[in-house]
Amino acid sequence: MQLAGSLDAYLVLSGLLFAIGTFGFLARRNAISMLMSIELMLNAVNLAIIAFGSFVPDLAIDGSVIAIMVMAVAAAEATVGLAIVIAIYRNRKTPLVDEYDAMRR
Amino acid sequence: MGFLPLLAILVVGGGLGTTPFLLVILGILRDWEDGLFLLLAGVLLGAGLLVVTMRDIIRCGLAMIVCFLALAGLYVLAQAPLVAAAQVLVYIGAISVLVLFAIMLTQTKDAPSRLVFHEQAIPAAIAAIVLAVIVALAVGATDWAVGTDTARHPTPTAELAVQMFRDYVLPFEVVSVLLLAAVIGGVFLAKRDEPSG
Repeated sequence: MQLAGSLDAYLVLSGLLFAIGTFGFLARRNAISMLMSIELMLNAVNLAIIAFGSFVPDLAIDGSVIAIMVMAVAAAEATVGLAIVIAIYRNRKTPLVDEYDAMRR
Repeated sequence: MGFLPLLAILVVGGGLGTTPFLLVILGILRDWEDGLFLLLAGVLLGAGLLVVTMRDIIRCGLAMIVCFLALAGLYVLAQAPLVAAAQVLVYIGAISVLVLFAIMLTQTKDAPSRLVFHEQAIPAAIAAIVLAVIVALAVGATDWAVGTDTARHPTPTAELAVQMFRDYVLPFEVVSVLLLAAVIGGVFLAKRDEPSG
């Protein structure tokens, strides 16, 4: 059996990690848990990009550059997302998203 | 934690950790890289599941660090050493610390003891499993027309730098401006409102 030398193994692993992130994003109540799940999903996509770059020699450098840019954008997203959670927490005193129901009442 | 649970965790973890290498020795896996891939994949998926299922959110954050570390190892296996280094620096060094700080700033005393999941957790789990199965089927059914590890060698960092600052210089600058805007926006959003007077 071949694992490290097959593109399929990397892509299936990436899909599994993305599915775990999806589940966490949909199911968790804590806003910070949801942000962590988004980080997992971004990392899964990065793994797929790196895997394609690793198996297509012409794409190796482009894949690495794009993965690093995805990391930078993920860092920006984490900064703003966590700042928003902290700002909401200061007003509502809870990190649980289903208690943010001001627009439903 | 008592002695017996700790012993059980050590035995189970050690058994799972050495299984890939046993498979290599038995000849089921082709070489040591495959064993390492299996080990890192197991750590990655296990830590990922812990991130989304554990009750104590601080432990979720620590499991996220383990998850990112396994991912850095996978990047090394996939011949992208610079990305692995950036993963350790950016994710483990910066984003994890940011997340842990945000957890500490927003934790209430009763948060861990209350319900962790929404009531839609079961449909969400079904949707995630369906997504994973669809992705796996699509990957398996597609002929990617790439060789299996023919002439794989680490991505040269010098060429990567040339490419990044020549062909990708515009996206690079856009990302730098985006980071600046995000940092300013983050400071503005998280800043405590001064009493206006």
